[in-house]
Parts: sequence; C-alpha cells; structure tokens
Amino acid sequence: MKLTLEEFFKLLSKYEVEEIEGLRLEGDIEIEIEEGAGFAHVVNEINLAMQHLMNALSMLGAPVSLPGVEVPAAPAKEHKMLLERRFEPFRVEYPGQIQEVQLGATRSEGGSRERVIKLGGEKSLPFYLFDASQPNLPAISIDVFDKPVPLPKAVREHYEDVMSDPAEWAKKVVNKFGADAVTIHLISTDPLLDDTPPGEAVKVVEDVLQAVKVPIIVGGSGNKEKDPIVLEKVAEVAEGERVMLASATLDMDWERIGNAAKEYGHVVLSWTQMDMNSQKTLNRYLLKRLGLPRDSLVMDPTTAALGYGLDYAYTNMERIRLSGLKGDEDLAFPISSGTTNAWGAREAWMKDSPIEGDTPWGPRELRGPLWEIVTGLTLSLAGVDIFMMMHPASVAVLKELISTLGGRKGETKVGDWVGVEL
Amino acid sequence: MKVKSPLEIYKLLPKTNCKECGYDTCMSFAAHIIDRSAKVEDCKPLVEAAKQDEKARQDLEKLIELTSPEIDEIVIGKDLKIGGKEVLHRHELTFFNPTALFFDVWDTMDDKEIDERCSRVVEYRKFYVGKFLTLDGIAVRCTSNNPERFAEVAKKVAGYGKPVVLVSFDANCMRAALEAIAEHNPLVYAATPENWEDFLELAMEFNVPVVVRSSDLDMLKSLAATFKAEGVKVVMDPVTEPAGEGLRKTFERVVQLRRTAILGDDKEVACPIMITPIAAWMVEGDAVSKAYWETVIASLFIVKYGDAMILHSLEPYTVMPLITLRANIYTDPRTPVQVEPGLREINNPTQDSPVFITTNFALTYYTVESDLQSAGISGWLLVLDTGGLGVEVSVAGGQFTAGKVKELMEKTGVAEKVNHRYLVIPGLAARLQGAIEDETGWKVLVGPTDSGRIKGWLEQHWPPKK
Repeated sequence: MKLTLEEFFKLLSKYEVEEIEGLRLEGDIEIEIEEGAGFAHVVNEINLAMQHLMNALSMLGAPVSLPGVEVPAAPAKEHKMLLERRFEPFRVEYPGQIQEVQLGATRSEGGSRERVIKLGGEKSLPFYLFDASQPNLPAISIDVFDKPVPLPKAVREHYEDVMSDPAEWAKKVVNKFGADAVTIHLISTDPLLDDTPPGEAVKVVEDVLQAVKVPIIVGGSGNKEKDPIVLEKVAEVAEGERVMLASATLDMDWERIGNAAKEYGHVVLSWTQMDMNSQKTLNRYLLKRLGLPRDSLVMDPTTAALGYGLDYAYTNMERIRLSGLKGDEDLAFPISSGTTNAWGAREAWMKDSPIEGDTPWGPRELRGPLWEIVTGLTLSLAGVDIFMMMHPASVAVLKELISTLGGRKGETKVGDWVGVEL
Repeated sequence: MKVKSPLEIYKLLPKTNCKECGYDTCMSFAAHIIDRSAKVEDCKPLVEAAKQDEKARQDLEKLIELTSPEIDEIVIGKDLKIGGKEVLHRHELTFFNPTALFFDVWDTMDDKEIDERCSRVVEYRKFYVGKFLTLDGIAVRCTSNNPERFAEVAKKVAGYGKPVVLVSFDANCMRAALEAIAEHNPLVYAATPENWEDFLELAMEFNVPVVVRSSDLDMLKSLAATFKAEGVKVVMDPVTEPAGEGLRKTFERVVQLRRTAILGDDKEVACPIMITPIAAWMVEGDAVSKAYWETVIASLFIVKYGDAMILHSLEPYTVMPLITLRANIYTDPRTPVQVEPGLREINNPTQDSPVFITTNFALTYYTVESDLQSAGISGWLLVLDTGGLGVEVSVAGGQFTAGKVKELMEKTGVAEKVNHRYLVIPGLAARLQGAIEDETGWKVLVGPTDSGRIKGWLEQHWPPKK
C-alpha cells in the first residue's frame, strides 16, 4: 500500500501520535506499507516510515536531529481486542438404548390397523438431536370413555355430541383432533358404577377398532379385582391388534394381564406410583417371571399435574430415563403419561381463585388448556414417549412443539423483537 | 462446586469449633457449605484472620474458589440473584436461584400504559404452598431511539422498586439510561458483535452486569471471555429464535452451553443464560396464539437452564402456569414438602365448630388451610402424618388409615375441644368413612373433593341434621 503524506498523518493521529517535534513536511512523499498489517505491524511500519521520512527530509535540507516517534506501548484511548475463542461442545454418549415398542398391527402383521406407532428407540435425552438422532417422536393418544363422565367445562364442550357413543367419540378424536391413537377407558366395568360384565364391556373395544384405523389402548376402571378379568377378555377379542393393556400394577393380579398380553400379542402398560424402585420391580416381574417380550412393555411412572407434584413426576421420569440410557435394562422402556391428570388441578377448571389476595386467575377456557400443555411439555423433556390427553388445543400445541424440537420443521424467518412496539 | 467432601473444606477451616457460624462444629459447618446452606464467609474468625495473616488469606481464597458455584451467580438490582447453578438435573442436588421473570414496557408507550403494566408486575400474587408467588422485574425497551426519553422511562420504571433490565443496542441510549439509574444496578441488554466495545466501556464505567448476545457460540464465548477478563459480570444470550428449526437450534445452543460449562468445565461459558420468549410475539398469529407460544417457549427453558427471561404477556392465564412451573422445578428435592401433624385452629373455632381432617403434604395442607381462612370458616383442622403424601395417594397407599386417624384424635384431644362428634373427611378419602366410624365412634361426613368447595358444602351440611 502506498501512503501519501496526508494519509500518513491520519494514520499517526489514529494511533494518537499527536506531534512529531520540530517536524514540518511539505511536498509529496510516498511511504510504502504492506497490506494486511495488524496493529503491531503497523507500529513497525510507522517506525520504518519515519526512517524513510528522516532520510527524505535530510535530503531536502531539513534539520535531521529529529527525535524518534514515541509510539505508545498501548494506545492512549484503550482499544480492547476481542479475545477470540472457539466453543467446543462437551460430548455425551450413553451406552444404553430405549427399547422400541410398536402399538397397533397392520393386516400383514396379523391386525387390522392402517397406521401403527413406534415408541422408544432413543439413545439420548429427549430432543437432544445433537447427541443422537431420535427415530420416533412422542405420540399423542386422546382419552375416550365407555360412558359419559363428568369433565371440566372447557373439555366437555368438545365432546358433548359424542359422549354417549364411544365409537363416534373415537372417530372424532382421530379425524378432527389428530390423535395418533385412542385410549378407550372401560370405566363402566367398575363394580361401584355399572359393574358391566367383561363380555359385554369388550363390545365397545370391537366397535372402536371398527371405527378407527389407528392403534388403540384399553384401560380398565381402576378396580384392582375387576381389571385383570376385564383386560384378559380385551386381549382375547382384540387378538393380533397389538393394543396396549392399561394397566398392570403391583397390587393386583399383574400376572393375569401379562399372560394375556403374551398369549394374544399385546403390549402391557406397567404402572407404578411415582417410585423408581417399584417401577423396576414390576418391570422385572413382567419380564423375568412371566417372560413378557421386551418389545411389549411400556411404563407409566405416574403423572402429577402442574402445581400438584409435577416436580416429583418430572424427576422420577427423568431418573428412570437416565438409568435406562446408562444401561439399566429393567428401566430402558418407553414412558407413557396420563397428562389428562392436569385437569384435576383447580387452576385448570375453577372459575376463579377461592383464595383471598390472589390476582384474578383469568378466563378458565384459556387457562385450562395451558395447564395441560405445560404439564405435558415438562414431562416431554423428562422422556415421555406417549401422552394421553383430552383438550384438542392442548394436543395441537404439544404436537407442534414435539415436531419443532424433533427437527421436523423448516427454517422460519422471524424479525427481532428488541426495538419493536408490540 | 468443585469439592464433594466436607473433609476437603474442613482441612482449611480453623478447626476450633467456636460455633460463631451457628453450627456446633467446624465439620458440621463444612457439611452445610457442601449442600450450600452455609457460605465460607460465615466463618467470621477466618475472615478476620485473613485481614492480617497471609496463610489465612490464602486458605480463605482457596475455600471460596473451591466452593464457588459451577455457574456464576449474578445480582440484578438490590438482591435478585440469577445463575449459581451446580447441576444439570435437579435430583443431583437442587436448582438454585429460580428463573427471573422480567416483563416488558417500551419507551414509546404513553406514561399511563407504562404505569399500568408496571403496577401489574409489582402487584401480581398467586398463593402456593404457604406463600405468595410473585414476579421479578421489568424490562424497559428503547423503541424511541431517543436517549432522553429512554432515560426518562428507565427512571420511572426503576421507581417501582423492582429489578430492571435496560434493552437497547444503541450505546448513546444505553448511556443516557445508565446515567439515570445505574445506582439501581440494572442488567444491560445487550452487547453484540457490533456494539460490544462501547458496551464494555459502559459496563466498566457504571459497574453493571451485561448480557452478551450472539447465536454464534464462538462469538458468544469470545464476547463472554472478553467481558469477564475485564471483571464485568456477564449473562449470555444465545438468541431465542421463536419458531421452527430456529427454536430447535436455540434449544440445542442452551443445552450445549450449560452442559459444556458444567461437565466440560468451560469457565468462560459458565454464565447465567438469558432467554427471550417475547420473541414469540414476532411470529404471525393472533394474540392468544402468541401468548400461548410464548408460554411454551418460557416453560421449555424454565425446565432447561434459563436463568432470566424477558416476556411480554402479562395475562394471568399465561403468568400462572409459568410461575407454578418455576416453583415446581425449583423446589428443593432434598427437603420433603411436609408440615407438622397436629390440630390447627382456624378463625377462632368454638365448641360448635366443625372438625376437618387433611394430610401433612404441604401443598394439600396449605390449600385446605387457606381455603378455610379465605372463606371465613371457623373450624378445627386435624393434620394427619401421611409422610408428606396427598389424600388420594395416601389413602391408596395405606398412609391414611382409620387407625392413624384415631391415634391423631386421641393425641390432640380434639374430643375435649368440641361438644359434638362429627368429623368431616376429604371427598377423596370417602372409602374410609365406615372404617373411621368403627374405629373412633364418631359420625363421619364425607366432604367435597376440593376444599375450595367447603363453603358451599357446609351451607348444606352444617350443623349436621340429627
């Protein structure tokens, strides 16, 4: 690069060289400085240039007793340099992998489903795609009941028209609300409700299998004595369909449910009360004592609602998932969450706060679905593979988040919020 | 914290068991430092000795270094702490310093609107497990590009007494606002690859914490390192992109930063993380959709590593789930959430007042207690030791039994306090009705399943019909 005198003086002033004592320059003098110079280099160049200058000046007859230019060691007005760093992400790899479990079976597999779901298969924490790819994203099943049930208003209004017809109800959740699966709860079998005999109750299961083409999950009434009998019958009539029997627990005849699943090719939901050790115990019983195939087990470690023990549920599931990934074979199974439990929280359904001093809670029709969404999304980060939910808006929002974090969405151009009026 | 054993700390303490720290022995003090319920600086003799003695000074410094949190702890305003985390998963210890939630105002709003929003932030309250949850602070955004106006609004907002975040990329505007409110110790948002030199100067001149912002993690780390080297307190913003692949990448950046700081021991990125769910308001959609999506983003990062947030929606239907989630995730898993069992008097009960029973799970207990208080009900409340389990679970699990109810009634002498023999049990414990009657000889009334409905229930059932 060539410098004219004028540029040279600019350069000097840039580096705060304010005065060169006794120096006056006139006429065109060119100084050569190399390109690509850093600061230190430039200082060198200036010193060199000064030599050139002095030589030139002496030739021009100017006084040659010039003092050397005092280039400051650090510039007077401090110019900070950016400390250039490279970010090296810490790598994490787990030895274990979560068992893959299929719900539903197609015609060629001995069932009649047009769609099946695969759960599990993870080698990393949920949505940590930078650690390992996640072959199966979490699925969402919507709850259907075999008789009308009391539901919060915000939920009820979406199902009022189909509540007396489980098959229509099932169709609606699949066709209108995008459920990946249907959970049909046979609550009428409860001895304290209608005490429907198993043979009659399973007709509803057949109807639902007819009505929809997605996999189904069948729940009992929660009665410890009756459920094994009911679910055994379900297993028989749904032979080959690979339904999930919900649920086997430690304090009931889990053996009967497990054996039925084995015999007719279904999946067992192993349900424990928020305790990792009981979960391990029940899983071992089903796998080791009964010989249930590993691809036929899903766990429900219990879902507590946001504000009502969600912290326990989150941490319990997260620990179970981490154990599975670290190689505990008894816990390396897909996780199911009864996210509908969120509606048990009074914040989800009550008209307003019963507590004096609370800021008003806002419209419950907007509050309720969010309660279900936040409960579900929190547990999705702990490792849930299948959600059982109820409000269509909650299902839609959680699906959107799952496909976003699962890397199924493209780039979206969005402006910056910093200086914008909202 | 680098040390895992109290012994390593004990070695450097005076070992005099002087009790000045409030613990009986230096060893016990060391154990409390490990679980972060005590600080090294609480050892007054050591702090005093360090002022004169070189060896003591070195010990103190070493102790502070050994016990400092994995992630920097930074104060905004007077005493709002963010960061200070130790672990990636809450069961490994606990998460310290709940995500600080800041709600925005901007300086081209008219003053009335600004006051209205600030008041809502200051006044917001939600009762939860024995106390009221509240919001943390206000983010003032510069949309005017006018330094005087920004400074004026900053001053007005700071007047509300809550911690403040100043939001502008313009150094002149930021300088004006800092001149007005630097003594309130606001958080400066944000230094970027473009403006960092000026912002570094401001941070040093006014001695305030600064957010550095870049979605390029090499650049973000460079900025953090540069600011830290000058002694500035740094918060990192890896840029919250609100939708699609951008949001997924945001999640990746946040997890990578925190994991690398804690597992990879990279001190230069061991800073609190800023998340800006407010970005959701730039996505197309109606107001409710935007508010929902903002809540989704905020929830995601309350669970995963967000230390501070800037939000827009102040609607109670979005605020309530967020602060409840924050309370849940930041509950210390080491301490059971239980209250003392026994008999409580609510609103000066008399001999004619009803007797209720509930469990000692803190959430259940405080909900029932505050419902009775709020509804102005006078009564006796028996609190059963269920080991900190709620009604439904303890009835199913055998911690809530007729035998234990009888025991509690005898122990508290409730029979002498009232002139009737009626016990109201929770609706969720209905199946114990017969057993409790057999065991205690009292008549058992099954109350509602939610204590918020006790008032209406009492109107129909109390005093009991003979």
